[in-house]
Order: sequence, then C-alpha cells, then structure tokens
Amino acid sequence: MMGDVSTSTSARGPQVTVNGTSRSLGQTPSYLSLLDFLRGQGLTGAKEGCAEGECGACSVLVARPDGDGSAWVALNACLPPAVAYAGQEIVTAEGLGAPGDLHPVQEEMAQRGGSQCGYCTPGFVCSMAAEYYRADRAPGTATPDPERGPNGFDLQALSGNLCRCTGYRPIRDAAYALGSPGEDDPLAQRRTAPAPGAEATRVSDGAHEFVRPTTLSEAVALLADDRETRLVAGATDWGVAANLLMARSPVLIAVDRLPELRELHETGEHIEIGAALTLSEIEQQLAGRITLLDQLFGQFASRLIRNAATLGGNLGTGSPIGDAAPALLALDARLVLTGPGGDRVVPIADYFTGYRQTIRHPDELIRSVRIPVPLAATTAFHKIAKRRFDDISGVAVAFALDLQDGVVRRARIGLGGVAATPLRAYDAEAALQGRPWTLDTAQEAARVLGATGTPLDDHRASARYRTAMLRTAVLKFQAQTTSEEVDA
Amino acid sequence: MSSLSERPRNPDVGQAIPHESADLHVTGRALYTDDLTGRTKDVLHAWPVQSPHAHARITRIDTTPATRVDGVVRVLTADDVPGVNDAGVKHDEPLFPSEAMFHGHAVVWVLGETLEAARLGAAAVEVDYEVLPSILTTAEAIAAESFQGGQPRMERGDVDAALASAAHVFHGEFECKGQEHFYLETHAALAQVDENGQVFVQSSTQHPSETQEIVAHVLGLRSHEVTVQCLRMGGGFGGKEMQPHGLAAVAALGAVITGRPVRLRLNRTLDMSMTGKRHGFHTQWRVGFDADGGLVALDATLTSDAGWSLDLSEPVLARAVCHVDNAYWIPHVRVNGRIAKTHKTSQTAFRGFGGPQGMLVIEDILGRCAPLLGRDPADLRRQNFYGPGQSTPYGQEVTQWDRLPRAWDQLLRTADIANRRQEIDRFNATHPDTRRGLALTPVKFGISFNLTAFNQGGALVLVYKDGSVLINHGGTEMGQGLHTKMLQVAATALGIPRASVRLAPTRTDKVPNTSATAASSGADLNGGAVKDACEQIKGRLAQVAAQHFGVHAADVRFDGGTVSAIGSKADPIPWAQLTERAYFQRVQLSATGYYRTEGLHWDSTVMRGTPFKYFAHGVAAAEVEVDGFTGAYRTRRVDIVHDVGDSLSPLVDLGQIEGGFVQGAGWMTLEELVWDESDGPNRGKLTTQAASTYKLPSFSEMPEVFNVALLPHAHEEGAVYGSKAVGEPPLMLAFCVREALRQAAAAFGAPGTSIDLPLPATPEAVFWAVEDARAGHADGAVERGDRAERHVPDQPGPDAHAPHPRSEELASEPAKG
Repeated sequence: MMGDVSTSTSARGPQVTVNGTSRSLGQTPSYLSLLDFLRGQGLTGAKEGCAEGECGACSVLVARPDGDGSAWVALNACLPPAVAYAGQEIVTAEGLGAPGDLHPVQEEMAQRGGSQCGYCTPGFVCSMAAEYYRADRAPGTATPDPERGPNGFDLQALSGNLCRCTGYRPIRDAAYALGSPGEDDPLAQRRTAPAPGAEATRVSDGAHEFVRPTTLSEAVALLADDRETRLVAGATDWGVAANLLMARSPVLIAVDRLPELRELHETGEHIEIGAALTLSEIEQQLAGRITLLDQLFGQFASRLIRNAATLGGNLGTGSPIGDAAPALLALDARLVLTGPGGDRVVPIADYFTGYRQTIRHPDELIRSVRIPVPLAATTAFHKIAKRRFDDISGVAVAFALDLQDGVVRRARIGLGGVAATPLRAYDAEAALQGRPWTLDTAQEAARVLGATGTPLDDHRASARYRTAMLRTAVLKFQAQTTSEEVDA
Repeated sequence: MSSLSERPRNPDVGQAIPHESADLHVTGRALYTDDLTGRTKDVLHAWPVQSPHAHARITRIDTTPATRVDGVVRVLTADDVPGVNDAGVKHDEPLFPSEAMFHGHAVVWVLGETLEAARLGAAAVEVDYEVLPSILTTAEAIAAESFQGGQPRMERGDVDAALASAAHVFHGEFECKGQEHFYLETHAALAQVDENGQVFVQSSTQHPSETQEIVAHVLGLRSHEVTVQCLRMGGGFGGKEMQPHGLAAVAALGAVITGRPVRLRLNRTLDMSMTGKRHGFHTQWRVGFDADGGLVALDATLTSDAGWSLDLSEPVLARAVCHVDNAYWIPHVRVNGRIAKTHKTSQTAFRGFGGPQGMLVIEDILGRCAPLLGRDPADLRRQNFYGPGQSTPYGQEVTQWDRLPRAWDQLLRTADIANRRQEIDRFNATHPDTRRGLALTPVKFGISFNLTAFNQGGALVLVYKDGSVLINHGGTEMGQGLHTKMLQVAATALGIPRASVRLAPTRTDKVPNTSATAASSGADLNGGAVKDACEQIKGRLAQVAAQHFGVHAADVRFDGGTVSAIGSKADPIPWAQLTERAYFQRVQLSATGYYRTEGLHWDSTVMRGTPFKYFAHGVAAAEVEVDGFTGAYRTRRVDIVHDVGDSLSPLVDLGQIEGGFVQGAGWMTLEELVWDESDGPNRGKLTTQAASTYKLPSFSEMPEVFNVALLPHAHEEGAVYGSKAVGEPPLMLAFCVREALRQAAAAFGAPGTSIDLPLPATPEAVFWAVEDARAGHADGAVERGDRAERHVPDQPGPDAHAPHPRSEELASEPAKG
C-alpha cells in the first residue's frame, strides 16, 4: 500500500482535491505553501499564525495510507509546497461542516466556549477531527491520564496548536466529550478506501521547479542536476526557511513518498527504519519496540509536525538540536546513504562533521536508519526545554545502558544542544562502564558529562545551565532507574 | 439598585451562551481583515525595509533598484506623505523616519503586485546608515538618564518617618520583563479609495476612531473623509490599541497614491520585531512592617522600559503607580515613576496596562519578605487586606473592601487549602528531588480609564418595521465576547428574543469618536450606550402601546418579544406588530445611545482622585511541582474565585478568567523577550521573534485541575445590569503560579529560606533558585534597612529580625516542609 506511485499527472495538469472538489495547482511556484494556495482559492479558514509550524492555525486534514485503507492525518499547511499535494485529498475546516450543519467536533468546540477570537479555531478543529477519526482511538484504560480523555482522545493530537485566548480548558473538554463517528459519516467511510498514491509531478514557474520522482534511482539521478537541488520530505525545515528567510531553490526534489524509503523491517541484526517514514508512522509501526524512541516521540515537536517530519529530514539538516540525533547516537544507529555508486553504511557517530554539516555527499540521500539489536534495556530521553509540548531543546540527553547484576556493562550517551553537532559522550560512558549503577558512579559520570561539549549562551538557555543539565541528567536517570522516589 | 444595574424580568443577560460568532469560527467562515484580500480585486501587497541597527541616522535611501524588480509598483517614502509624517498621538513616531530608532524599524515600504515582488523589492532597496550609540536596558537608560514623558509621584503620609519607626525594614530591587501579545492574528490592514475620494480602511484595530484620526492626518484629510471598519480581530490584548494606526496609514497612503487597494499584513517576524509589547519594569523599593507583620510604609521608584517613543507609556505608568498597593492597606506610601527611553519597539498597552507591573511589586515584596518575617505568605497577605473606611494611596475609598476577604475565605474552603498543605508537607518530606508549593494571591484592579475623558461610549440602534433590530456600538470584538454581551444587553433592554437582534461590524461612520476597546471597559461603556439607545426606543414604543392598551406608558411591559400592559384585559401584542404600528404613527425607530461613567475625577499632576468606578476582585491558588534536577515544573491545580459582579454572560466571563489566567501564567513562567544586548552586529535585535523561540503556554502548561467560580452576591451598582469588567483582572490571578514556584524552590532549603525568583520564572530560573536554596545562601536579595544611617534611636537592632527565622516560629507554618 505504501508509496503506490502512479506515473503521470492528468492532462489537466496537477490537481488537488480539497473538500471533495478538484482544484488546479497550475503553475504554482514551488515556494508557495499549501496554506497560501488554499487561501488563494478563497478557503480562508486555515490561517497563518506563525508560518513555521508552531501554532497550528493552518492545520488541515490529509488522507494518508493506513493499512489497506486510509487515515485522516492533520498537518501544518504553512510548511509544505502546495505542489507536493498533487493528486492528494485535503479537507479543511470549511469542508467539515457549515453553520447550521456543524461537524461533531465543531459542535463541541462551539458549544463549550472553545473559541474566543476564533483565529486558531479552524486549525484546532482539524487537529481534533484527525484524532476523532483515528481508527484505534478507544475509550481509555483504568489508569487516569490527564492527557487522555475517557473517549481515548490523546491530547498530543493538539500539541501543535496554540490558543492565546481560552487557556485551553474548554478545548480539552470539547475533545474529551467527543463520541465516535457515525456509520453514515462520509469522512469515516472514506477511511475504508485506499489513500491516493503519490503522483509523479514536475511543475515549474520558470525559476523554481518542483519534482516528485517515482523511484529511488530516479531521485538519485536528479541529485546530479547541475542546478542547486534541495531534497524535501515533510518540508518541516525547508518550509520555515522558505516562509521566513525567503529561501528559494531552483529544484526541489520530493522524496517523501518513495517506496524504497518507506519500509520498516527487522532483521536479526537490526531494525531498519525508512528515512521517509514520518515520525508518527514510525511510532505507530514500532508500537513500543524501541523504548528510547518511544520516550522521544512525545517530546519531538508536535503531532502536526510528527505527521510530516521524517528521520531522513531530521538528520539531513544536520542540525545540532534535532531531537532524533541524540537518541540515535545512544542507540548506536547506522545510516544507509544512497548515491550514484550505491549504498554505504555509516555509524551516526561519524555522520555529523560540523555545524549543519555531515559526511553526506550532495549526490546522496539518506535511505534508512538501522538500529542494532538487541537493544539496551535501560534507557531514557531527557529533553530540557521551556515547554513540554512542542519546544526545541536547550539540551537533549539520551541514555542507553546495559545493566547486569546492578553493574553497567555498556553505556551509550547521545547529546544535543551542547556543541556544533550532536555528540556521543564517550568519556562519560567510560566513567560508567564496569561500575555499579549507584549514586557514587552517577556522580562521577555527572562530573565527566558536565565537562562535555562547548555549550553556548542563547535565548533558550545559558551555557551554565546547559552544563548543569548535563550533570543532573545522569543523576536524574540514576534516581529514576533505581526508583528511590515513589509517590506517597 | 440603580436603574443602570437593575435587571428586568427574564433578562437575556446572565444566560450562559456561546460566542455569537462561534459557528463561524469553528467552520472557518469567520472573516478577519486579511481574509478579505482574496475577495478584493487588484490588491497590492506592502512590505517594509527594516533597519538592521538599533539606532542609526539614515544618510541615503535609493529605491531605484527596487523599482527594477519585476512586479514592484511603488516604494513609499516620507516624500509621499501629503499630511503629517507621524503615526502616534504624541507626534513622536515618524511614519517614515529619518533616524532608525530600533532594530527592525520600518524605513520605507514597498508595494508589489504580489507579496513575493514586494519582499524582493524591499530586499533591493539600498539604505545607508550612520550607526549611533544605543540604549537597550533599563539599567543603561537609568545610568544615561534617558527618560521621556512625565515623572509622576504619588504620596500619602510620612514615608520616611514610618520607615524610620518600622519594626522591620527591607529593601531590594525587582525587575519584570515585558510580554509579547502574540495575538494569533498578526496586524493587518486593507485600504481602498472610492470614486469620491473616501478612504476606507479595514483594520485589525481595537481603536477604530484613532486609526481613523491617524490615517486622516497622515493623508492630510479630515476625519469624515476616512472610514475605518473592524470586522473582528484574532486577538488584541492591547496590542492593537495604538499599533495598528501607522500600518493602516501606510496602506491608505499606498491606496491613495496608486488608486488600487493595498493590503498590509505583518507576518509573525515583522509583527514581533516591529510592534510594541508589554512594558518591562524595574523597581527599587523599601518597605516597612510593624512587629505583627502589618505593612506600614512603602517607598518605591518604578522605571518602565518604554522603547523608542511614548505611545501609551504615560497612562501605563500611571496605572502601575496606582496599583502598587494591589489589595493591601499601606498607610504611608511614596511612589515615583519614570519612563525610560530605549532603542527598542515602542512598548504599549497589554492586558492590565501597567496594573500588573505595579501589583507585582508588592506581591514580590510579600513573597520575599514573608520567610524573613517568619510568616506564612498567605497569612501575611490576608492580614494586610484593605478594611472598612480605608482608601488607596491616591485617595479613592475602597468601598467593597469586604469582597476580597470573602472570596479568599471561600477559596480556602472550596480548594481545601489546609488539607492540601498538609499533603504537600508530607510529599516534600519524602521526595528528595521534588518539591511542591501552594500559593494564594489576590487581585484588586481599578476599572475605568485613568484619563476620565475616555470613559464614554456610543451606540446606534436601528429597529426595522418588521421588528428586527440591528445594533452598532463603538466597541470592537477581539474574542473577548463583547458583541455577545451587547446582543444580550439589547435583547434584555428591549424585552425581545436575542434572535431578533443582529450586530453590525464596528465602523467609524456608525458611531463616532469612540474610545479604544480597552481597559476592560468595553461592556461597561458600550453596554451602557446600547441600553440607553434601546430604552429610548422602548420609551417611544411604550407610548404607542399605552394608547393601544389604554394604560399609562409606565404600565407597559416588554418581555420575550411580546408587549403587554399591567391591568389591561387586552391580549398582549407581538413586538413586531408594535414596531409596525409605531412606524405608521410616525414614531422614530432608531436611536443613538450614549453613556458616560459618572463620579470620576482625576488630577494627574498630584496623582489623586477617584479615577475608578469600582474595583474588580479575584483570588487564586496554584499548586506546582518542581523537579530539583532541572527546575522544570508543572501546575498541578489552580482554583479561582473571581468577582465579575452579576455576570452578563457567564460562559464568556469564564473564558476571560481562564484565558487571562493562562496568559498571565505564560508571562510569569515561560514567555521571555530576549534582546541582543551585546555590542555585536545584531545589537538591539529581538532574538525571540518567532513562535519557535518565544514560547506561549500550550496544552502542556494548562493546569491539570482548573476550578473557576464566580463570586456570588456581587452585584455592581455602577455598571450595566449589575455586572463588572472582566477582560484584564484575571491575568493577575496568575501571580500565584510564580509565588507557588518561589515556595517550592524555597522548600529545597532550610525553613525561612527567601527566594528571589526572576520573572519569567523559566525552568532555568527555578533551577538556580533551587540551587541557591539548597546551598543555603538564598536571601531573597532582600536587605534589611541600614538603621545606623537612619538615626532612629528607638528601634530594635538588626538582630531583631534575623534573615532566617528561628525554627520554632515555623511550627505554625503548614506550607513548609
């Protein structure tokens, strides 16, 4: 089902279906976001609040593959190029319901005071609708969880939506009051049919070309273009640069639907994760198999971003503060890079070479990430940020320990935000290995870890605090894994 | 009960109903200013050229490279201004400046056929600058004596003598940072000119009349040649009280010059780097307590950080000075205020309008001094509340002094404070790396514009023959539910179903000379005016009905869309039948309404008078949990009791309370404006100018348990239908979050630890507070007064109030572990 690529656009040129109506993408320039396209079509329900995927006012629903059927997935329309949605189906707040004929999500939001100024509301409605239609949403378990409603609504679904008026309580109440879609609900019914496949696309306004190749080899061939090329998957990084910095590329190559990059499978030696799977898809398909990544997902940006962002993109940017890298460093992951000469496999610890620089050649792309098995049993992902949902790390620390009889047999620690690149903390690992997992050992490792990297002062945190957080991370990890602290 | 506050039978006010536009909001049909762009033909797009320097003289502007960019139509410069090149009301804000006064200051504006063309054009404009020295921080401004505007002084009693004789004297400093409004809808204007030269500007503005005035004077027109309309705003919070004017003027100028509609919309980066924010304040203070913990004297100097121009900084400062007392009786008070001029955005109104910055001073003092006095902070606060017959330092009697103690005691009961404190003590005793804190704080907030003249409102009510009603009023809708309340007021005043009333968008050609929708006054002022207009019409209709029923007009009753008469055997008649009958009898079915708040007076030269119609009150309790490893925290529970009078619209008021609280909590904890204060190339740049770096509260910051109650028996004689203003006061309820964090951090240290907690209390700030508490060298940065210098012979020596109170004093202090 995944990455089922049809080979040509129709004679009418690229189209996108919005609220059931086909609309021409025409000569849409590649820098025009899906949001600006929709608004230009008169669909002004989706709003621009930040233009960087932080506020969710632009949230819309997209039909995505889910098993043999499809799922309604919410994402930020402000980030991806509109032309990346050629052949796809989109639903906006206008398409969900109308005054006098409100969708259940809209009804709950309206009646419970979920809107005040109303500007963020269409985005909230779309994010909430995606969760309303989530096939495996089921009434909650016995354990009370403030972030999960009695109807199984996962509050993470709204982690990428900001409201400045309500204080969120009525929005949460609306979400937790939702029932299940009726059998005659057309959007519920739509889930039983497959999502549209990726459509080979080539659109240009003369200066800015967008290409969606259908095969990996085609994509690799495109990278050899004389013009400056840029790979995009979810475009969650590229879209920000395009919107705010006016970044423009002569050739954008979309790789997010390449079937070769969308596989997840396990061998005896490793779990291999396709570079173009979204974080949400990885979370769903791993189903908790890699504990450390499970701890990461909930802290990785927002659901809206995770529905678009990929591991390939997160590593491809080479950012020192991407949250995936520290976790993958602690997991001792390998990257499979594909270029004209075929594949090569590199340890992630060797991948980053400088600030936003990596060993990936311009004619290569990241095909997959391999995580060796067996996995370390004792892991943690500590993200230091101002906000728990949807923030960028000041410091990120990932731990993976193998403990045997209370002794650390092997330790791996990945760090983000403390140097120009993500780092492996080899010295601190050495301070742990072979030692009993006690407070004394943790304190010694904390001292070493606290001297790792070259943290800077910036608006997220002071260098001094970053250093302190490296130190206390080990102590917190030790306290948590030895369970000294139990709720009274 | 006054006629203003009295409710008829079956009033529509008081019903809990959703926002009048809720169905439009949730379906994406509600239109905001920029949504009109695609619905307007041949629109040009405007984009600014921004200064890359905090302070620089502009020595050359060459726009010709921009005009060579494909799609660029025109570059607007100072030479194009036919009227006054100024966007402010103080004439200190040149619209096209010759001197860049802050990093990001718009120098010229480029108009393009597309936004892309305008942006590329702006990038092509060449500007030469001569960089000048810049002042960025309050400290730099104080050192350089860079001040602007007036320097008010409020004084009562003999502060020096009272401090000299006080049992305990402390002094210290306090600095609060500003806050970005972060209305989800950024600033936007769309200007057009009609065939007759009439300028029509649609603007996201809280103050259409002033937008109209500024547009007119920039264009050299009179007010009747400019119409401003605001459909609705995607949030305002004070940020659209003054700031829209210049932007609307640029769009209008472009429309006049090109003859085409011009759209100006700031994206988030432009909005954050160009428009004003909440003022940060620096305060130096000295406070005296008597032996029992009663406040006796406060001497404070407040310095606001106003940025490059005055804007609303003078009234903001006045309100700050008038709110240093918050809820507390302080017999001897001296407060000096001054306004720093810095090379930053021109700071402006923001929900609370200086009130919060003033109130924080005393709350910070009490939070820091309570441990040094060996007192529980909540008890210390409660003890110092205003009592009967007492008045504020500016001379206004606190007539409803009983409301705060009543709300406080209600909260103690309903939030189960005593038991929870014991639980927290147990928790803190058993968790070495985690601490919880529970704090209560009060709010007393003066309602009315400090400047008496602004306390007036207008309305235009039209009744059509078929009985349908259209109301216009001078207030703007920004999400606060004003329009909802006005519909309810009209339905109540006319005795008809709400469905018979519609509300037209706010326009300057319907109601002239309006005040800003600000100071929480929207419902009071416009509600009074709408009610007045409705009652005029109803009075005329009563005459018509009286004839019909053969009774005196005073015996006619309007209720639920039917009209009847006391003692008449005749059947009631439908409202619509009466309106038609009135038409044929040639009775006027429209009226302009007007309201002025009675009883106000204010002398700003001596800072004395009765500037406020009444006070709004509230109390809140927050419980937080702090992680000692990181300083990260969560808000476990918040309880609020708030005084909205007799609520006009309970669902709307609840939304204002909850939303205000969370917005305040964001300012207390999370939201951080960081300016580049280095001497590097980006000096003066706001480094947190995006949603990714300036973090608002999200779902994860919402209190896990959030209980809000409206104070019962809270009728307000002085406002429409017994209600009270609700827009701003709840923001300050959030002070309890910071106080709870202070107490949780202190609980990592020895009993009596006093914590100086920065604002915002970010996880990093809390972490350092925890470290200080653990290390035992936290002293709240509070120093005791130097007795020797004061030559007060009959005072107890410094040892009489040790910084760390003796442990036996803490036995009665349940909040501490």
